[in-house]
Amino acid sequence: MTRTDDAELARLFRAAIVGDEGAYAVFLDGVAQLVRGYCRRRIVHGGVDPEDVVQEVLLAIHLKRHTWRQDEAVTPWVYAIARYKLIDAFRRRGKRIEVDISDFADTLAEPEKAEVGERDIGRALDGLAPVQRSVVASVSVEGASIGETANALGMTETAVRVALHRGLKAIARRFGQD
Amino acid sequence: METKDLIKAISSDATARPRSLGALLLAAVAIASVIAAIVFSYLAGPRADFAAAAETWRFLIKFVVTLALLATSGALALTLARPGARLGMRVALLAVAPAILLGAISIELATIPSTEWATRLVGTNARVCLTLIPLIGLGPLGIFLAAMRQGAPTRPTLTGAACGLLAGGLAATLYAAHCFDDSPFFVATWYTLAIAMLTAVGALAGRYVLRW
Repeated sequence: MTRTDDAELARLFRAAIVGDEGAYAVFLDGVAQLVRGYCRRRIVHGGVDPEDVVQEVLLAIHLKRHTWRQDEAVTPWVYAIARYKLIDAFRRRGKRIEVDISDFADTLAEPEKAEVGERDIGRALDGLAPVQRSVVASVSVEGASIGETANALGMTETAVRVALHRGLKAIARRFGQD
Repeated sequence: METKDLIKAISSDATARPRSLGALLLAAVAIASVIAAIVFSYLAGPRADFAAAAETWRFLIKFVVTLALLATSGALALTLARPGARLGMRVALLAVAPAILLGAISIELATIPSTEWATRLVGTNARVCLTLIPLIGLGPLGIFLAAMRQGAPTRPTLTGAACGLLAGGLAATLYAAHCFDDSPFFVATWYTLAIAMLTAVGALAGRYVLRW
């Protein structure tokens, strides 16, 4: 994704909110690049893994997407969440920082690529109930669709969707407790 | 989990329809109003001469002030639930209720002899006011904090304080129907103190329960 302008992100996000999975994936990828850049510029002394914050922000965006007003710009909303989650991550590490978003309130960060490296899959999935864990692992790491997951696990599609939603909520909660 | 895997999982959950934040807060206000009304009618109830009092400006202005507080603090709370939303106008609008009250006070200052000012300020119900408003407002405060947890407030303490103001506005509206002390002097002193108590409790609670 190279077009990170706000209008395009907002269009994708609006489509995602009414159920367009493809648009949602492109939107989240664009947001991940913005947030990654934001975090890397602010985490200078280590102690906090920028990619952890990126993932926490993506989950927060998903679970709090009803707090975005669809007629407003989406990047200020994204950066406000990123700022909140970054400060929270530092707070959990017992560090204090001052974050000022005014320096790029009107401009957008350049996209940054994820660092390649195997992240610990178990860590995010550890606390999940067995069914949620199987569903989240199937949809994410194995890249299966909802229908394929339902077939493989012998569940209905509705049950898969419910387990996925609850699993994502549980992962988001776990992030806050690290 | 790698971020691209997480994105796959999240985008597959696109069909889970999010709720409307405004509708959620409206529902919270409705539920809180019912709870507050039950507590109010159990502990106090409207004053006996309600109909006659409703024809005097001092009695009516109490509701104008408390309803203005209700509306403006509700609007502020809704804005605080949205990350990155501009607060300036919503914070400025909080001045509406005190401004109306100040207007009423100046009328009172102009029409009532200064020898009566102290009596009117102290009134006869100060302790009842300081007890009932927080008691009526406590349940609503809990409801509003619970509703805000569904939002994404990036300023937990301030959001908790806004919930306290909202609960205070609701409780004071009901209490105003009970209280015989209609002087703006009394309202400005004791209502303010009682609402400030709820606001402080809300701010403190928000600091802890509004993290997400």
